[in-house]
Amino acid sequence: MTTASGPVEEIAIGNDGDVVRVRQLARTYATKAKLSLVDQTKLVTATSELARNTLVYGGGGVATVEMVTDGRRNGVRASFHDEGPGIPDTTLALADGWSSGKGLGLGLSGAKRLVDDFELDTEVGRGTRVTVVKWSR
Amino acid sequence: MTERVPILSIGDVLLVSIQIDLQDQSAIALQEDLADKISTTGATGVVIDITAVEIVDSFIGRMFATIASISRLFDADTVVVGMRPAVAITLVELGLSLGEVHTALDLERGMKILHAVRGRREGLRHDGQAGSAVAGA
Repeated sequence: MTTASGPVEEIAIGNDGDVVRVRQLARTYATKAKLSLVDQTKLVTATSELARNTLVYGGGGVATVEMVTDGRRNGVRASFHDEGPGIPDTTLALADGWSSGKGLGLGLSGAKRLVDDFELDTEVGRGTRVTVVKWSR
Repeated sequence: MTERVPILSIGDVLLVSIQIDLQDQSAIALQEDLADKISTTGATGVVIDITAVEIVDSFIGRMFATIASISRLFDADTVVVGMRPAVAITLVELGLSLGEVHTALDLERGMKILHAVRGRREGLRHDGQAGSAVAGA
């Protein structure tokens, strides 16, 4: 089971400078969790995609980053929450090349490939929450 | 305020070395600045040095592809140099293709690629002229 092993840090996402701040926070935690350089890069890239989704499609929101453990390994958990329009068809949204128009259609599916755990919780009219974890090896 | 990436001019090549954590607005500004600079200098090549860049997400990747496409409209070619191994691995997993962008290990090889591509284009142009001269005779 995945449990938090430290305090949660939170960053409000309201402009593209905040996307950079989320990246930097994810990098700090990835280093702390002793992820390999490749895994750090994958996690930071995934958080960049997801933070931008929160900004562009969710109309802004909040990112949280924290250390987690499953008893054997350390990891970094990042969560992105918005109260935007939500995603009507999650299967479609997770398909490669699908995009609602502004992106490349790699945001969600690409981010999913870059992390170990990926959870998408969305409801039309309520908003979207995406939570990802990258574990140390 | 949008941070701007400086563009250096060396002979008929423009050199851009990205030394900051690029936010989306800076990436868009760079595209516009480069288009301006290519059209005013008549540069035939653009080198983008990403030695210092820790992540390339879909937005930054798309910026490279866009810069390459814009450059082609001005008869110039683009090469991205100095990609870190972790960035390369992440890009492939993200599923991003860089379009018309050439890539090279370092600046020296990047310049060689630009010259080679240029030479090939000049060659084609001469062949084209020879062809039409024959057709006109």
